[in-house]
Amino acid sequence: MNSLSRRKFLKITGAVLGTAAALTGTAGMVVKSAKKIDEAKVKGIQKIPTYCDICFWKCGAIAYLKNGKLWKVEGNPIDPLSKGRLCPRGTGGVGAHYDPDRLKSPLIRKSLRGKEEWVEVTWDEAFDYIAEKMNKIKAQYGPESIALFSHGIGGTFFKHTLKAFGTQNISAPSFAQCRGPRDVGFKLTFGEDVSSPERTDIKNAKCIVLIGSHLGENMHNTQVQEFAEAIENGASVIVVDPRYSVAASKAKYYLPIKPGTDLALLLTWMNIIVKENLYDKEFVSRYGFGFEQFTAEISHYTPEWAYVETGIDPELIVKTAHEIARYRPASLIHPGRHATWYGDDTQRSRAIALLNALMGNWGVKGGFYTPVSMDVPSYPYPPYPESKKGKVDNPDNKYPFAHETITNGIREATITGKPYPIKGWFVYATNLIHALPNEEETIKAIQNLDLMVVIDVIPSEIAGWADVVLPESVYLERYDDINVEWFREPFVSLRQPVVDSPHDQKPNWWMAKKLAERLDLQNYYPWNHIEEYIEYRLNAVGYSFEQLKKDGIIPGEKQPIFTEEGALLEFPTPSGKVEFYSLQLAGAGFDPVPKYTKPQEPPPGYFRLLYGRAPVHSFGRTQSNRVLMDMMDENEIWINSDIAHRYGLKSGDYIKLKNIDGIVSNKIKVKATERIRTDCVYMVHGFGHNSKMLKGAYMKGASDAELITQYVIDPLMGGTGMNVNFVTFEVEV
Amino acid sequence: MARFGMVIDTKKCVGCMDCVVACKTENNVPEGFNRDWIVQEVIGKYPDLHMEIRSERCNHCDNPPCVSCCPTGASHVHDLGGVVLVNHKECISCKACLASCPYDARFIHPDGYADKCTLCIHRVEKGMNPACVDVCPTHCMYFGDLDDPNSEVSKLLKSRKHHTNIPAAGTKPQIFYLM
Amino acid sequence: MNELTNTRNNLMIDPSMNVWGWEIPVYLFLGGFVAGMMIISGYFLFKGRNKETNCSCFYLPLISFVLLSAGMFTLFLDLEHKLYFWRLYTTFKIASPMSWGAWILILIYPILFVNILLRPPGFLLKKIQRLNSISEKMNAHPYLVKNIGVISMLAGAVLGIYTGVLLSSLGARPLWNTSILWVLFLVSGLSSAAAFVHMIAKDVYERELLAKADNGFLTLEIFVIILMITGLLTSSEAHIQAAELILSGPFAASFWVFVVTVGIIIPLFIQLLAVNHKIKHTPIAPIMVIAGGLILRFVIVSAGQYSHWSHEFFK
Repeated sequence: MNSLSRRKFLKITGAVLGTAAALTGTAGMVVKSAKKIDEAKVKGIQKIPTYCDICFWKCGAIAYLKNGKLWKVEGNPIDPLSKGRLCPRGTGGVGAHYDPDRLKSPLIRKSLRGKEEWVEVTWDEAFDYIAEKMNKIKAQYGPESIALFSHGIGGTFFKHTLKAFGTQNISAPSFAQCRGPRDVGFKLTFGEDVSSPERTDIKNAKCIVLIGSHLGENMHNTQVQEFAEAIENGASVIVVDPRYSVAASKAKYYLPIKPGTDLALLLTWMNIIVKENLYDKEFVSRYGFGFEQFTAEISHYTPEWAYVETGIDPELIVKTAHEIARYRPASLIHPGRHATWYGDDTQRSRAIALLNALMGNWGVKGGFYTPVSMDVPSYPYPPYPESKKGKVDNPDNKYPFAHETITNGIREATITGKPYPIKGWFVYATNLIHALPNEEETIKAIQNLDLMVVIDVIPSEIAGWADVVLPESVYLERYDDINVEWFREPFVSLRQPVVDSPHDQKPNWWMAKKLAERLDLQNYYPWNHIEEYIEYRLNAVGYSFEQLKKDGIIPGEKQPIFTEEGALLEFPTPSGKVEFYSLQLAGAGFDPVPKYTKPQEPPPGYFRLLYGRAPVHSFGRTQSNRVLMDMMDENEIWINSDIAHRYGLKSGDYIKLKNIDGIVSNKIKVKATERIRTDCVYMVHGFGHNSKMLKGAYMKGASDAELITQYVIDPLMGGTGMNVNFVTFEVEV
Repeated sequence: MARFGMVIDTKKCVGCMDCVVACKTENNVPEGFNRDWIVQEVIGKYPDLHMEIRSERCNHCDNPPCVSCCPTGASHVHDLGGVVLVNHKECISCKACLASCPYDARFIHPDGYADKCTLCIHRVEKGMNPACVDVCPTHCMYFGDLDDPNSEVSKLLKSRKHHTNIPAAGTKPQIFYLM
Repeated sequence: MNELTNTRNNLMIDPSMNVWGWEIPVYLFLGGFVAGMMIISGYFLFKGRNKETNCSCFYLPLISFVLLSAGMFTLFLDLEHKLYFWRLYTTFKIASPMSWGAWILILIYPILFVNILLRPPGFLLKKIQRLNSISEKMNAHPYLVKNIGVISMLAGAVLGIYTGVLLSSLGARPLWNTSILWVLFLVSGLSSAAAFVHMIAKDVYERELLAKADNGFLTLEIFVIILMITGLLTSSEAHIQAAELILSGPFAASFWVFVVTVGIIIPLFIQLLAVNHKIKHTPIAPIMVIAGGLILRFVIVSAGQYSHWSHEFFK
């Protein structure tokens, strides 16, 4: 599109010159030279900055075109997130554009839901269909009966359209199925969450503790870069994981913990550190609230007790407690990200927050910095209509500490019709079939709908269940909202089209705007093209759109992010302090200081199913990207070598997994390895696709999501703990 | 005379395959083939394990058997930096070079010639690093002149313990791994 | 044991190398077979017994000519860049056995042709009558015939040796990386060629002689195999592992059953009985020998590609 617009520009210039030339009688020559410039532009290399969308990290990138064709994507050197180096998924971003399995035109379902039989329709037909159903639902149930599930910045305009339509039921699985418990745990303790990108100062940390976090396999670019930097600087790494992860191979201490017992270890560590007076007394006395009650509550967690629970040698527990304390305040206990494990996740995250508080690392180098941002106001839209019904996901504030909308709450309401019915789902760029636990419930909810719209770039499983599928342009083909990031340094970045969409795909802003127009909500879209919207936002603070288009990034001025640089410490908790003892938890009937509860044991012959990430894939969204598929086209089930031997299995064999509810997975390759405990198995999430349209990824590997039929809801915030499933092996495939 | 080589810090490498992806897009390596790859080597018994992660590729050996076995001279040592290259137009694809490489670094390109890592000579000639080096998010790869005692690679080799792959094969590999 | 994972998944390379399919083993076998034939016919020429050894000195050069061409064709089939075949003959690379081989094959043709000229076959004579006089002139000089025999033997030996050196020069494959491989391939080629004469010769004397010779070659082959394996087993770990591939590993069955038992021991036993007139001469033993020779090339080529330098780093 950029090259096109340039070409257009040249044509116009050519025409103008041509006219001028005609007047002077040298038309032929000028037209010829204009043509020449045109070719020269398309030939050779063009570089266009944008920001990546293969995951949500939003790294600044530079796309390269060779003779007008997309060639490669590199990091933008002036981008603070990537520092010029993308992760493997971002580098493989070209594969998203060329993916032959992409959705190509709008589709309307022609037979039963989930049958994946479609009629290709025009955009007008698709919007007419959607608008008619939406108005019907609005008339019958009210606008709140339509919900939106959305992931990533691309959802901005659909959120806007649906809010304008009159619903607040807008949610992302990234809260209740991912980082929610962590954010709530930190908010309860420090009054602020760790946000995204996490405010962790990994690169300056002298001791880094990873609890189940598998940095390096989990490729959040900045974090991995900083992790490597810390390793180079000789940081002491402590990894707590039932699996010997890549990070574990970098660790000074690897703690092979029994799954589900992390809280026992954390409480014991804190007890040792407090008992031996190894914590930051100044920080605690200055900023701590309820430290005495806290000390009393944790005093019975001894290393010997923890040994029984966690399986970790008491000496190793003591040694690592000392190691953590030795490097404070530059001791960082990483808060993790995907934290929905066992249903007690908020309390575990709170324990992590408390251990960090004992290190006095809040606002300190090697701990947590204070993120800063540029002040770019949002676009001044008319106010959204107010709803008297409130949100549907958390009736009676059942989960009192949920500060975002709970996806599974909306699903529940869709099934039960309570507190009020949900009749329409919009799903933007999130594969709910793989993201939410218990697929059956999701499908049950979908069957209650009058309208189900999926907007995505690839035909994921959830698209298969839709009434209408809207094909989106991939990030390299579209504008999105500007990214005003909260990070170490303030900056604004731009996503702009690099190439044209290959078929009838459209950018989300265009779809959301067109839909709003169908719904008579055009007053919510006072701009005609997103360029006007972006320009307006930038101009409001005096930045140049042209400059941003050219550089991709506008850096802001450095601001203090550590107390030593002058950043102020504020703890917006009820007490205004770091809450070692939480009155608001006590008031809501929860443990004011985290308490350990034993995890459920696997039944005999069963193994706990753990899942994680591979560095070359994002969720279930990249398996058909041919570049990334070439890196990894199926997942494996990690089984401890001794267990594998007992079952007569060796690496490379194919087996199926069966969970306690009798759900049998697709076949999956065995990885018999020393790198995992004997009581659990592990697989990478995102494989085992059964959407027929997703040809490249169809039936390759197995889906952990399919096997996650059991889940435990975190009573504090409604998140779904999903590491509570047990599987056994079906050897005959 | 420059002698190009690479030094890769296995302590920092997380095996994310970014180098592999970057090589693929940079050099248009066809689907199903790789010029570089990741090896993970684990020793020990759980939980007492040690793992080395290596980004591997053609070692641009000082004593390259793939060059000496080539019947047409297609496999050759480039004037610049001793990089081992294949001239596609001279390769008859007898595959002797594939069999001669102890690292299995070569493959037959679908267009019918022996292909492998070129150390991104097209970039190096312009004074840039190979694509894999420049993309690495952990900065674990270093490219440079091994003959220059002041180059970063030479200094790293002087200061850190390192090994090459399969030294016993006698090919004198020029990719070094810091341990 | 080390747990190794490798993300590479290249066609013909992973999980284990398989760049050479049936074409190269057949090519190497035919090369060895022709080498054996040239040595045998050359020997009789040298000894001046070319008149009595009708089969060896009349049929073998002709058959060699056909088989050598077939071998070159299989080599051609193996090339992925066939249109660039001619590149082999625009240069000579002294360090490359493949290059040597290409040129040796070209040099073999005139030698075979001269050999054929000594007794041109009828169909050629019919076409080119002049051949008869050329042949007569050549045969009038026993010294020339003798020298043609010497050259034929030498060229055959070079050809046979080359088929072994081609593989043994590839140091990356420990199983091939033994300097006795050329002896094995040469002896095996001789034994196949001798078995062939034993099979098709009508003359009793010639048949008996070659059967006896073949028994000698087979016995020698057993010793060479023992020496080769001993050599590998007393070398580095990689070589020991390579030897184990054929001794007890995935290639052991075809090695022990087809190469050793069916290809050497049983036919040797049968032929010993035959030359001692305990049983009649039949084509069974020679066919077994020839098939054994072919399977030997298959086993060595496949197991060799499979063999690898182990990764030995953590020292």
